[in-house]
Amino acid sequence: MFELPIQQLIFLFVAAVAVFAAFNVILQRNPIYSALALIITMCALAGTFLMLEAQFVATMQVIVYAGAVMVLFVFVIMLLNVRTEEARQDRVKYLKLVAPLLFIALLGEVIFVARSVTTTAPPLATTGNEPAFGTVESIGEAMFSSYLFPFEATSVLILMAMVGSLVLARRRTMSEAETLGKLIEESGKPQLTPAEPVAKLEEKKEEIAA
Amino acid sequence: MKEYLPILVVFLFVLGFAVTNLVLAHLLGRHRNTRAKLMPYECGIDPVGSAHQRFSVRFYLVAMMFILFDIEAVFLLPWAVIFRSLSEKLSRPFVYAEMMVFLIVLLVGYIYVWKKGVFEWNRG
Repeated sequence: MFELPIQQLIFLFVAAVAVFAAFNVILQRNPIYSALALIITMCALAGTFLMLEAQFVATMQVIVYAGAVMVLFVFVIMLLNVRTEEARQDRVKYLKLVAPLLFIALLGEVIFVARSVTTTAPPLATTGNEPAFGTVESIGEAMFSSYLFPFEATSVLILMAMVGSLVLARRRTMSEAETLGKLIEESGKPQLTPAEPVAKLEEKKEEIAA
Repeated sequence: MKEYLPILVVFLFVLGFAVTNLVLAHLLGRHRNTRAKLMPYECGIDPVGSAHQRFSVRFYLVAMMFILFDIEAVFLLPWAVIFRSLSEKLSRPFVYAEMMVFLIVLLVGYIYVWKKGVFEWNRG
């Protein structure tokens, strides 16, 4: 893998960007800035995937994660209307003592695993008809022959996500509609439909024009 | 890996171009900030209210549907690429059916969200 020093340099650069952007995600007080930093982390991770000869995964990392998933993150931030995080006193004091210990334990674990794992780099050039590792062809071959069942199961997973997100979002709108209905009942005014304020606005515009 | 070197060169060139322009503008340009210049940019008109407003949940639904059909398209790509070569190993109708089963399951979800009015902005 690292026969050329330039590859080592690129890896160090990409890894450093990923780590610093990840730190930035948790250090930023504005959630939108955190989301932007997370996009940089995703792109840097795509770079590391590319270094591992996983071209298809790298592309998907950019398109699906840095693109689509981050759009969803930003929408959720705006939906919940999260403001800039306020500096506040830590309620649980002992967490400050526990956190470094857990960090050291996790770090030790990662170092232990990293030292024990010995992988050989995948062959760069393949002989015969086998497609090269990490390309769209090799992933397609595996997905539609050896891993066919997980692939078909994925469609059910996506279906569940579709129905689940719709049900959750609808419940929110239902509760909002109920509170709106209560407010209207309390004020004793006739029920408002979304079309009515728009119609009133149009009337006013016409009056001004006349 | 060597075939990605041109992409790296383009990437570095783009990065260098952007950074150079920003640095040059900062060094050479005059910094005279007026009230109008420091206003948040809102398509050229004066800003209306605060940007911190709650978004409608419909944006979330549309984004969610976008991701799910995006993933569907991601799975279509490798299938289309290897369709011919895999048809020779397995049978052609089988490879075709593999994707059709996947698509039909998702079509059920598509019809469901359509009937529920996710694609209509003014309903629900």
